[in-house]
Amino acid sequence: MKVLAALSGGVDSAVAAARAVDAGHDVTAVHLALSRNPQSHRTGARGCCTIEDSNDAFRAADMLGAPFYVWDLSSEFQEKVIEDFISEYAAGRTPNPCLRCNESIKFEAVLERAMALGFDAVCTGHYAQVFQGPSGPELHRAIDPLKDQSYVLGVLTAEQIAHSMFPLGNSTKVEVRAEAQRRGILVAAKPDSHDICFIPDGDTAGWLSRQIESVPGEVIDAETGNKVGTHAGAHAFTVGQRRGLALGNPTGDSERRYVVDVDVTKNLVMIGPPVLLEIDLIETIKPRWAGALPANGDRIHVQIRAHGDALPATVYLNDENMVTIQLDEPLRGLAAGQAAVLYDGTRVIGSATVSRSRRSASL
Amino acid sequence: MAYLDNAATTPMLPEAVAAMTELLGKPGNPSSLHASGRKARRQVEESRERVARALGCGSAEVVFTAGGTEANNIAIKGIAWDQRTKDPRRNRIVAGSTEHHAVLDPVRWLGESEGFEVTWIKSDASGEITVAALREALGPDPTNVALVSVILANNEVGTISDITALTEVTREFGIRFHTDAVQAPAWLDLDFSKLGVCAMSVSAHKVGGPHGIGALIISRDCHVTPLIHGGGQERDVRSGTLDTPAILGFATALEITTARKAETVSRVAALRDDLVKRVKEIAPDATYSGAITNRLVNNAHFVFPGCLGDSLLMLLDAQGVECSVGSACNAGVPQPSHVMVAMGADEDQARSTLRFSLGWNSTQADVDALIAALPSAIARAKRAGVPKVTTAPVRV
Repeated sequence: MKVLAALSGGVDSAVAAARAVDAGHDVTAVHLALSRNPQSHRTGARGCCTIEDSNDAFRAADMLGAPFYVWDLSSEFQEKVIEDFISEYAAGRTPNPCLRCNESIKFEAVLERAMALGFDAVCTGHYAQVFQGPSGPELHRAIDPLKDQSYVLGVLTAEQIAHSMFPLGNSTKVEVRAEAQRRGILVAAKPDSHDICFIPDGDTAGWLSRQIESVPGEVIDAETGNKVGTHAGAHAFTVGQRRGLALGNPTGDSERRYVVDVDVTKNLVMIGPPVLLEIDLIETIKPRWAGALPANGDRIHVQIRAHGDALPATVYLNDENMVTIQLDEPLRGLAAGQAAVLYDGTRVIGSATVSRSRRSASL
Repeated sequence: MAYLDNAATTPMLPEAVAAMTELLGKPGNPSSLHASGRKARRQVEESRERVARALGCGSAEVVFTAGGTEANNIAIKGIAWDQRTKDPRRNRIVAGSTEHHAVLDPVRWLGESEGFEVTWIKSDASGEITVAALREALGPDPTNVALVSVILANNEVGTISDITALTEVTREFGIRFHTDAVQAPAWLDLDFSKLGVCAMSVSAHKVGGPHGIGALIISRDCHVTPLIHGGGQERDVRSGTLDTPAILGFATALEITTARKAETVSRVAALRDDLVKRVKEIAPDATYSGAITNRLVNNAHFVFPGCLGDSLLMLLDAQGVECSVGSACNAGVPQPSHVMVAMGADEDQARSTLRFSLGWNSTQADVDALIAALPSAIARAKRAGVPKVTTAPVRV
């Protein structure tokens, strides 16, 4: 196959590309330039697409004998990931930009361009597995539970999965690093990327406050309706958050207070005891399916964070744009905008965006 | 492999390789006072004379530099500083809007960091800087201009500007004139003494010489504030131990290129014309950029509507055909061509370009390979399309 390997300059994508070459594919490498103003050097595990990363990617591609190009997707990234991230937060939701990037950049803009240019598949260093199932290719969890990235790939459609290659899904990170050493890949010891690539200092709240106008508002006790404090801007708060509230102990009891709701239209942050965070009914919108749709009432597992647990649940398809998930056991703190990825065992069924969550009558 | 990117760099002439490699193992710093030093010095000075003969200047006017970019930097910054020091009213730099980044960036830097005013000269649709455009840029008070810089032959589209006509204008006002002639010596008869400029940049690796060596030709009466201090080896304008083997390689290549120029030009012109005719047959919607005749004979530059230049380059590369999108890269990302934009192209057109540049050893087989590879490349690149460019980030 003619394979386009996306090389970030890190160890995972380099080993993935090397395995694609070993498997006999005709591999061409691209480094995605996602930042408008790339920094020249990396600082630790943060940031991305620096000139140093691009050079590391070139060196890895060159070692593999793969032609190397840089694709400028900074405009698409700005529009579809960064601006989406800002407007989601401005609307009081908590988005996952990595999912958005996979959805609209890596497996849409890049994959579409690759297919048009004559490639058969895009290869990345994500930890996930693709198996041929009875009705087409299936996306499964990686064998390394610590590295499994099927959650951030949950937005992939069946068509996209059919043209994706994840050669690292059957290995652990430790094995991949060792293999990188063995292969002489120069970045074998490079730290893993963490956090949000376009917020290099890791201070998401600080970064957002420079993008979104902060209007001070009131903090309300959700149980009493009383004003118990002020905040510097509602968008900086996420459901389930406790730190940064600086309320002391307003109710006089010893119970800790959490953000239980954020209403950006009224600029209110609602707080309450942890019990108010407990929800068991998740309403989601914009589902994307990795294969056949589940049936109403199917027993599934749902994951709501990149490294969260898979929670047993029942799925209901309200209509083609809305999916309700009834959890077996309540969970604490789920913000609108988070992605719910649905699993059948290790297989990804699909994903949807949390629009609302609440306590069902049965709770 | 078909190498059609000779404007980026052209292979060294075998004679230049031989001359240079023979010197590489020899001792001798041309500034040393012993026999080996004198021997090296003789190589440098003979080379200087050969370069001077080829370019129509005096040998004392040849300042060796580490290439075209350095020559441009020395000229732009050095002359601007010198002129302003002598007459503080001369605080304006006037430069072509189609300059190479090696001129564009130092001019911008002088504007941003050194307090110079900058006026860009408009290009016509062919990429030429005309006398009328220069006069317009000079404006009502040309006496505040420290320096004018105009590229002799554009590196992207190959359009030639009439430097002699332009310097007649600046002479009226006693303005210093520099030209970046890096693309020119292999294809045009250059005579520094007749151009009317006070400084001209050239580079060895565009004429079959080695990388990392070039020259700034500076007329005797043109003073330059040096950028690099430390020994003053080159007329006190440029310091640093002279690279004797590279200088010999440069002189050898330039001399041979000049001697063979008439033959090479007519042969390459025929190849280029064939290339252009056949590309138009394959892609009737492609537009030929720049001037029809007033251009370097080795340059063919096209806009392929609906195709990213980037995609075409990659698809041709996969078939062993090497060319360029023409414009500069930022960290490996081709930027929309400022030259095309200056010529009136929109941003989509400026990203849909390919430059094919022939060289002294280009053959019919190179052109044939391009023509064979191009149809499928265009079809695929068209399928991939040109992604829409969004505007600057919006604050919510």
